[in-house]
Amino acid sequence: MSALFFQYLMAGLTYGMIYAVVGMGFNIIYNATGVINFAQGEFVMLGGMIAVTLVAYLPLPLAIVLAVLATMVVGALVELLFIRWLTSPSVLRMIIITVGVSILIREAALLIWGQNVRALPYFTGTEITSLSIGGARVSPQVVWTLAACSALVALTTAFFRWSSAGKQMRACASNRVAASLCGLPTRNLITASFVLSAGMGALAGCVVSPITYTQYNIGTGLAIKGFTVAILGGLGSSLAAVTAGLVLGVFEAFAVSVLPSAYKDAVSIALLLAILFLRPTGLFAARVAYRP
Amino acid sequence: MTINRYGQVAIFLACAAGLQLAAAAAGKGFLLTQLTMSAYYTLVVVGMSLLMGYAGQISLGHAGFFAVGGYTSAVLTTLDLAPHRGSPLVAGAERLGLLLVRPDLYGGDLLVVRPVVACALAIALALVLAVLVGIPVLKLKGHYLAMATLGVGTIVYSVALGTQWLGAADGIAAVPPFPLPFGASVSGRPDGRIVNYYVAVGLLGAAMLLALNLVQARVGRALRAIHGAEDAAGAMGVDTARLKLGTFVLSAALAAVAGVFLTHFNGGIGPAEASVMRSVKYMAIVAVGGIGSLWGSLGMSVALTFLSLRGYFGVYDDVVFGAILVGIMLFAPQGLLALEPRRALAALRARLRRAGGQAG
Amino acid sequence: MTPFLQVSGVSKRFGGVQAVSGVSFELRRGMIKAVIGPNGAGKTTLFNMVSGFSSPDRGTVSFGGRPIHGLPPHQVARHGISRTFQNIRLFEHLTALENVMVGRHLRSRAGFLAGMLDLGWARREAAGVRERALETMAFLGIEALADAEATSLAYGQQRAVELARALASEPELLLLDEPAAGLNMRETRDLAGLITRIRDRGVTVLLVEHDMSLVMGICDEVLVLSYGEKIAEADPATVQKDPQVVKVYLGEDEC
Repeated sequence: MSALFFQYLMAGLTYGMIYAVVGMGFNIIYNATGVINFAQGEFVMLGGMIAVTLVAYLPLPLAIVLAVLATMVVGALVELLFIRWLTSPSVLRMIIITVGVSILIREAALLIWGQNVRALPYFTGTEITSLSIGGARVSPQVVWTLAACSALVALTTAFFRWSSAGKQMRACASNRVAASLCGLPTRNLITASFVLSAGMGALAGCVVSPITYTQYNIGTGLAIKGFTVAILGGLGSSLAAVTAGLVLGVFEAFAVSVLPSAYKDAVSIALLLAILFLRPTGLFAARVAYRP
Repeated sequence: MTINRYGQVAIFLACAAGLQLAAAAAGKGFLLTQLTMSAYYTLVVVGMSLLMGYAGQISLGHAGFFAVGGYTSAVLTTLDLAPHRGSPLVAGAERLGLLLVRPDLYGGDLLVVRPVVACALAIALALVLAVLVGIPVLKLKGHYLAMATLGVGTIVYSVALGTQWLGAADGIAAVPPFPLPFGASVSGRPDGRIVNYYVAVGLLGAAMLLALNLVQARVGRALRAIHGAEDAAGAMGVDTARLKLGTFVLSAALAAVAGVFLTHFNGGIGPAEASVMRSVKYMAIVAVGGIGSLWGSLGMSVALTFLSLRGYFGVYDDVVFGAILVGIMLFAPQGLLALEPRRALAALRARLRRAGGQAG
Repeated sequence: MTPFLQVSGVSKRFGGVQAVSGVSFELRRGMIKAVIGPNGAGKTTLFNMVSGFSSPDRGTVSFGGRPIHGLPPHQVARHGISRTFQNIRLFEHLTALENVMVGRHLRSRAGFLAGMLDLGWARREAAGVRERALETMAFLGIEALADAEATSLAYGQQRAVELARALASEPELLLLDEPAAGLNMRETRDLAGLITRIRDRGVTVLLVEHDMSLVMGICDEVLVLSYGEKIAEADPATVQKDPQVVKVYLGEDEC
């Protein structure tokens, strides 16, 4: 019983970490622009897909690095082509544009890679390798995922807190006009936020790909859950998003243990709706990140 | 001189009749099948146009309401209740004449709900769902509303896809015709093609007339006022939440009606009708037709849906709609018909210059 | 006789700022009363608490004997209170006439069904609404602007349309938020005459104002706020002589 419990817990944490990273990706762009990027899940998909393609020719670490870089380029292109030159667009317009962009990326992926489900090889060992932790069997890839995502979260947090570029992005987020008056290159900082969040999503997509597989259409589901997490944590807060991601992942894992797995998405989305209705300012956020 | 709305609908019906005669004269009567389907999908678009253009609300879940209508009707008219004759509910319904016995494909007898009753229940269910979802959802704004409706749509989709008695990935087939007066019926039978075309066009014309009336009336004026200055509308006593909910429910009802009749026309329904992409397509059509322009949305909807159903976009179908969304919102957020080519080109050039200046 | 509008001990805090603290006042039917005070004195906050745009942290507002504090604006409006805005809030894309017709929203009742079905009574009601809206515009001398797009009008005309919209609801209490802001001296004088005529039609008026000439000329009573507190409440002549008022307000702003 406790071993099974542990199994569900680990699965939940793995998924939860991915959701947390997608949620943080939402946060980074939202903070910089006030836009919820509906194409966020597509970055995760792209990272995994590109890495799977490259790994046929290159060693795994190099394939992952290149996949992340390529996705960052896509992130930059999205911002440069579709966002940059709009002057004070309405929220409705931004939603529609990013929804459209997500469809274009997804369909491009379908044309390039087809409908096949793909996966990267396990980073260490194979799918039957397992570590024994407290009597439960855990795939080393789970450890990889948890470690990589934790590192990602820590690095991002450090970046925003201490680096000069990170501080500039925060300044831009809190008051774009003031930041621009102080001579900060706000436009470029917004591009940087897209690049950063695309890179984060891509890396997460690579790390988790051996366990969850990847397919051209996984983006929408990830986007909804990443958004759930961002909301749960209160838009704007990173560590709260991580906590929320883990909570959602574990909740989902245990929900599947009692309900048919076809309803897995429905369950977590129902949770999102419940949260939106009851507490739209987030469960863990101390302060509301409100933008009109 | 402007033509009043009754005249506009009459012209629309005349054009539709002209199209049918032209198709018949050209020996291409088979095209009516896709035109009929387009007309039903356009019912959803009319509701979405009211919702987006007049209530200023976004929905990424209207395919869900369409599917609730279609699936409810499909289940009720195909599920054999004979084994449950003993239950008081089924027995009571049979005594009230709500049920009928019809032969199935293999010559056996099925005890099912009458299509008219099923239709009423389907619309009622969609209405209840729209109210339940709408009350909390419409308190949300912008991104939250978009995500929440996307969530509702996704739930309907995954329930349709994951539930055995809803046919899972195959959906529900062998849905019987929907009987109409004078021996006609809503069904896919080739000999009823013309009648079905006029039924669909008539429904669309009626829905359009209701929508046109509404936007001219007190409610429509208040909705436009909310769009212009929500706080001032409140100060004038306009109950913003109530009007938004009303519009949401109305648009959901139109979607459900479309779902019911298209399901009878096609003889079945599958989970693709509930997919998020379908909702996005409805939104794309409203965007390209012009947010706030009912006739623009209707025209674009009939044209684009017809082209899509005829397979003109091939494997690029979703790409086309994605590109439409992005392109329209970037270059002509007021819709394609509102675009003045020369002015738009000038604006585009100015934007490119500015973007170039920034990059350099 | 119970007061028409009674505001008792209302307070409102925004973050670290006590915008209004413990203000009470009354308004009798048929009077014109002004709330004045230097910038940041809490005038608009007080005004918003009466019109439902914000709810007081403490204290009560009652109108005609019924409590209205904490109600949303559209329900406050239902009690017969109508308002204008300091920075004019007309409905974009609607004509001036349509703007004024929205003002009669509460005086008509056609809903979704009647509107969609274009029922006869709803049509007649709409015609009536149109007629009354035009009458109100004629009262303000702006009927010629009826078909112009409201937000494209000149500033002074927009103010007039907004006033017409507020009057069209036939309010018992009219709240005017700095109605003279941006008007020149002649226009302000016209406005003063207009407000008096509105009062003569039986509408009680509460206004927030900066322009002293307007206030002193037409008001029956003046309430002076400073840093969120009431420092004086009397007829204009008395207020003008009040040393405290002179110190915080009139002293720095010649009257």
